[in-house]
Amino acid sequence: MKKKTIGVVLAASMAFSMLAGCAGAAAPAAPAPAPAGDAEVTEETEEPAEAPEATGEGQVYYLNFKPEADEAWQGIAKTYTEQTGVPVTIVTAASGTYEETLSAEIIKDEAPTLFQVNGPVGLANWSDYCYDLKGSSIYNELTSDSFALYDGDDVAGIAYVIESYGIITNTELLGKAGYKVEDIKSFADLKKIAEDITARKDELGFAAFTSAGMDPSSDWRFKTHLANLPIYFEYQADKIDTTTEIKGTYLDAYKNIWDLYINNATCDPKDLASKTGDDAENEFADGKAVFYQNGSWEYANLTGKGMTDEQLAMIPIYIGVGDEANQGLCTGTENYWCVNKEASEEDIKATIDFLTWMVTSPEGTKMLADTIGVIPFKSAAETTNLFVLNDRQYTADGKVPVSWNFTTMPSEEWKNGVGSALTAYAAGTGDWDAVVSAFVDGWASEYALK
Amino acid sequence: MEKAIRRYWPVFVLPTLAAFCIGFIYPFIQGLYLSFCKFTTIKKATFIGLKNYAYALSDEGFWSAFSFTAAFTVASTVLINVIAFMIALALTSRIKGANLYRTVFFMPNLIGGIVLGYIWQILLNCVLSLLDKPLLALNATYGFWGLIILMLWQQVGYMMIIYIAGLQSIPEDYLEAARIDGASASQILFRIKIPNVMPSITICSFLTITNGFKLFDQNLALTGGEPAHESEMMALNIYNTFYSRSGGQWKGYGQAKAVIFCIMVILISLIQLKVTKSREVQQ
Repeated sequence: MKKKTIGVVLAASMAFSMLAGCAGAAAPAAPAPAPAGDAEVTEETEEPAEAPEATGEGQVYYLNFKPEADEAWQGIAKTYTEQTGVPVTIVTAASGTYEETLSAEIIKDEAPTLFQVNGPVGLANWSDYCYDLKGSSIYNELTSDSFALYDGDDVAGIAYVIESYGIITNTELLGKAGYKVEDIKSFADLKKIAEDITARKDELGFAAFTSAGMDPSSDWRFKTHLANLPIYFEYQADKIDTTTEIKGTYLDAYKNIWDLYINNATCDPKDLASKTGDDAENEFADGKAVFYQNGSWEYANLTGKGMTDEQLAMIPIYIGVGDEANQGLCTGTENYWCVNKEASEEDIKATIDFLTWMVTSPEGTKMLADTIGVIPFKSAAETTNLFVLNDRQYTADGKVPVSWNFTTMPSEEWKNGVGSALTAYAAGTGDWDAVVSAFVDGWASEYALK
Repeated sequence: MEKAIRRYWPVFVLPTLAAFCIGFIYPFIQGLYLSFCKFTTIKKATFIGLKNYAYALSDEGFWSAFSFTAAFTVASTVLINVIAFMIALALTSRIKGANLYRTVFFMPNLIGGIVLGYIWQILLNCVLSLLDKPLLALNATYGFWGLIILMLWQQVGYMMIIYIAGLQSIPEDYLEAARIDGASASQILFRIKIPNVMPSITICSFLTITNGFKLFDQNLALTGGEPAHESEMMALNIYNTFYSRSGGQWKGYGQAKAVIFCIMVILISLIQLKVTKSREVQQ
């Protein structure tokens, strides 16, 4: 009898603990592990599940794309909750796992009310989930309608940041080599200076370019951002803004700049396959190279590593095409906020209110200006980001910014194909024809799959 | 006690059964259904019939991933089991510090695949760079052997433990009788030891075959499928189908590939189990 009782009690407690485990897993506040094995999701400590009942209002759950801005978002969420009582949860997807994390999160009962897409190609996945923001208070804050992402007549997304990229230059080292930033006005100038620095590399103690790393943490700088230039000039020449068949008119120029990058760098071109984004950043911050292709988002990292405004400047990426005298930085956006259509009405309202507050209140605009950069909203705060100021100066001087056309690239698969071919070409295991084929044929075949 | 079990069996079976249903049966059936759909998220799926399967079966990338995976599985299964068995033999023949060795060999198994992948990537790239050879991401052959080395390092210890258990369970009388009858060391090995550890061989080859086929983390971290998908294994191919293009149809294609993959793994392991089981002997 005693044995039987013990058995029942044991079994019951086993069943109970298991059910409790299930309940825990099903609780809405639990962060979902992203499908990728390496994904890590950081989460705010707040319990969003209980708060809405308490206030009777909506709540905000933002699935943040930019890991570098996670801390700032957590802070601003707390401020907003303190001021308004509306709970705001910020979850940041680990770098490179945003799509996976969003796929997993959006089917939950407590789905993100706010997420982001990367331009029209990224929108294809999520258009079913995008609430039409036309006429909403956040939409009305935009400085121009061109910052709205349209899906037919609906405003599916709102651009929240304008960024610039170019060649970040260490002016101090450039001076040591005997040149000034003003000496670089064209691809020919850049090539002459880079090759001169390479020739005197041992004497000077630094190289012209940082490593053009093709590790996934860095390859987007070349397969996406640098590849934007030949695409931009082709679009300009053909007077179009997207195409299903790219001609590759300016791929020779793409080859020239790529050759310049890899042959005048801190490392041997055949080692590029394993070089990471951190490698290039550290080389630049440690004064091992003069030029570093990256964007305005790098400003905080570089100053955080001890570089000062006096040492830094961003110059356009000249590839020897178009009107180089009037070429500006590559400026545009690929980050759009979208509000989840499936969320409850209160949550949608709370989310739009939160966004409006972010772009109008002093706290919100300051945080965005400091950590994200320029925002395309009427009440934007002044920024201290030097690269953004560089961009403004170029525009004020009448230079034409190069627009971001990589949002029209057909797919990640296309970028990966170009990236692989570039890596193989740099290492000498592949030839340039493979790059051209990945670029031109790959573009057509990827668009044909749509 | 037996009576109690007979009467209360549901209490004992239910928790596990429920967990199995929630954690395996239900997702599996849902996955099967989704493989016939076009979907972005599992809540918004439209049924489109067999189209996904038609695409998956005609995708060349999938089949080249299959041949790479098959070659990898064969090489890793043979090497892991042979090496693990040899180490197990060495460590059961009373050598000094056997316990220490067992621990040391087992340890790599405690480290996660992604971490291992990145560590070995750095290691192997350094070696290749010193030898003036193309790095892992540039040459699929190096990628292949890099993966084999990594998996050997990780799995040999685990299989070794299973073999040690098998070897230790061989009754001492058999070995003694064989020695008295004048059997040589190799005769003892092939006529007594190996037939008697067949159950261990069944388990180990099952584990290594399925691990080889399902390999994902190490593949993602070590080579990422480079160059141009040449070192991409099936699981990574399915993952890339899912995420490297946008649009609902790709999720459907990926799901169909996943179902085909699952059936393949089940079939292959069933065949393997049948073959090795038939060679097991009764002690």
